[in-house]
Amino acid sequence: MTRPLRETVGAHYGWRDWLVQRVTAVIMALYTLSMLGVMLYNGGIDYALWQALFINGAFRIATLLFGLALLWHAWIGMRDIWMDYIKATAVRLALEVLTVVVLVAYAAWLAQILWSAGQM
Amino acid sequence: MPVNGPPVVKPRPVYLNLVRIRLPLPGIVSILHRISGAALFLFVIPLALFAMQASLESAAEFASMQSMFAHPLCKLVLVGLLWAYLHHFFAGIRYLLIDLHVGDDLTPARQSSVAVLAASFALTLIIAVRLW
Repeated sequence: MTRPLRETVGAHYGWRDWLVQRVTAVIMALYTLSMLGVMLYNGGIDYALWQALFINGAFRIATLLFGLALLWHAWIGMRDIWMDYIKATAVRLALEVLTVVVLVAYAAWLAQILWSAGQM
Repeated sequence: MPVNGPPVVKPRPVYLNLVRIRLPLPGIVSILHRISGAALFLFVIPLALFAMQASLESAAEFASMQSMFAHPLCKLVLVGLLWAYLHHFFAGIRYLLIDLHVGDDLTPARQSSVAVLAASFALTLIIAVRLW
């Protein structure tokens, strides 16, 4: 009977996060290019266009999607940074928790902005 | 390599010693990708949300945001953050292509590193010139 060469452990989140990082990147790149297209097509963005954009349902959904992709992407990226450079476990955990809390708060802030636009 | 025997346990996690690392070109793109990513998280997300919220409040607020961002010092910061976005964008696309085994040999990888550095720098410069 042959034993495995190394211990296989865990939740496979390394592979999953690798994939998530790439999928969210593509979503954000597409959104960026679309927004650039809107800007170039209209020769800049004035207040009227800006307001009209945020009242548009599709834009709201697309922007929220961008925001959620960014949240997940930034979480993985920042967690990698903390893991690489912060050796003290307690400090690392604190920074990771802070990162998550801040990112979720940002997402809520974005949703609030998106769905209160046009009601002021 | 032993086929039978106890599992090989490597010391984990691995910590990096920044002072001892000598970086080749792709390495420079890589560390700048990390630094720009951190800058985007720390500064661009809150700044974008703040500007988005204020600019949607009224036409007057929109105009005051415009004049705030027109301030030379503010423009300078914006140009720096713009570079961070562009570098992260181009370097990210390079990584996506490398994942698809496009240009993952040594020579094209070096060439694309130069392309990423040049493209993000040049585009930042062009937009900065247009802003002024």
